[in-house]
Amino acid sequence: MTQTVAHGRESVHSPPRLRSDAPFFISLALMGGLYLLLIVGMLLADVSYTSPNHLLDALRSPPIRYAIWLSLISCSVTTILSLWVAVPTGYLLSRWQRSGRFRALRHVIDASLDIPIVLPPLVIGLSLLILFQTPPGRWIERQTLHWFGTPITYAIPSVIIAQFAVAAAFAVRTMRVTFDQLNPRSEQVALTLGCTRSQAFFMVVLPEARRGILTAATLAWARALGEFGPILVFSGATRMRTEVLPTTVFLELSVGKIESAVAVSLLMVACALVVLVIVRVFGSEDFGKGLTP
Amino acid sequence: MIRLEDASLRAGAFSVSGINLEVPTGEYGVLMGQTGSGKTTLLEAICGLRRLHTGRITLAGRDVTRLSAAERGIGYVPQDRALFATMTVRQQLAFALTIRKWRRADIERRVSELATRLGIQHLLSRGIANLSGGESQRIALGRALAHRPPVLLLDEPLSALDEETRIQMTDLLRSVQHETGVTVLHVTHSPAEAQRLAQQLFTFENGALRQRQLEREAVR
Repeated sequence: MTQTVAHGRESVHSPPRLRSDAPFFISLALMGGLYLLLIVGMLLADVSYTSPNHLLDALRSPPIRYAIWLSLISCSVTTILSLWVAVPTGYLLSRWQRSGRFRALRHVIDASLDIPIVLPPLVIGLSLLILFQTPPGRWIERQTLHWFGTPITYAIPSVIIAQFAVAAAFAVRTMRVTFDQLNPRSEQVALTLGCTRSQAFFMVVLPEARRGILTAATLAWARALGEFGPILVFSGATRMRTEVLPTTVFLELSVGKIESAVAVSLLMVACALVVLVIVRVFGSEDFGKGLTP
Repeated sequence: MIRLEDASLRAGAFSVSGINLEVPTGEYGVLMGQTGSGKTTLLEAICGLRRLHTGRITLAGRDVTRLSAAERGIGYVPQDRALFATMTVRQQLAFALTIRKWRRADIERRVSELATRLGIQHLLSRGIANLSGGESQRIALGRALAHRPPVLLLDEPLSALDEETRIQMTDLLRSVQHETGVTVLHVTHSPAEAQRLAQQLFTFENGALRQRQLEREAVR
């Protein structure tokens, strides 16, 4: 009965005419637009606060040049170390998940690998500092001093370790997502064609993961470039020694040289933008899943 | 030949047991069953991609139950073809031969022979982007046959093809099997495919495998 009535009504009236969708989309866009405005506003403010002269002055200053140099080198080393850890870890986690065995243990390991992402940066720095005060830590420190002529704490190795501690976690996540998305069938076909697991990995899986590897590398690099908290605690902020670009911004600010701090910030913004573009161009949208801190 | 004796399989909530199957050497076996009946799982077990819970697998006279996929000497074409995304068609066809460290000239000869037989010479230098369903299927078949395996395992090889391509592929499968003498196990849910190709027909029904009597003499 109800149905008949409903049918009757529909046939009498014209089909339900909804109001325009425009207000809905406009209000969503306004909400999102505010945030975009904030980002653009910050960058524009930076640009307006500085001048080419400030930038040139910054580039001429030996401590800042040292910081640029150290940042570039340490980030690159960190990236290599991160990939070195992330590719095997991501692959193992992904295949482990597919096998479905020891699920609880896998969850614990999976969660542990995210600790550096959720831990406050200062806590990471402090933990590293304490780690290298323990007997095994001191032993490693003595060995480094003996073989490489440099200690770890408050020296360049500590910068790389601090960057690596956080950047590797992001690289592992990226590689994990990458391997999850690859079709496991091609690896299986390779096995049936006579490959060992390692041949299948190097000949089939790794080439198919190359975009993910590039994304992981750029993310690790960008993450390392912005690392400050752990470095401040674990490496100190000594000019011409453990000063990386974020340290420079901090040091320049602390002595009131805002123009110089802004100039260095803009240098880092430029680096970050280049990295973002690389990730957007080479990585598919899915690689970004769950990668934001 | 392909022989399963008292095989049982478990995969998550799915399990089958008491599977006995034999495809004699050089014959075309078809395994039919509804989606989700466990055909693919069984095929994976024969490939060595999945462990049997109990039972024995014999391929070409060799007990392969405990051997890895690589040692079983089979050709496998999965349902989604799973072509290697970063390789050219030539590299895909040469893959099993490269792994077996064949000489370069021998590889080239074999690849060219396969490509001619399968009608894919014009694709050799290409990657796999934008291939048609029939083309990918031919490449996957060539990749599986390159090392002249005695056993060929096909998972729904004709699904997702248009009618005309399906007929062409059916003819191709039949003639390739005839020429090479390879023992085939072809998994499908289509009675029409089974009718056209099977010399031995098996069906999965309610978790049990039955051998069906063919209603006609296989056309050869």
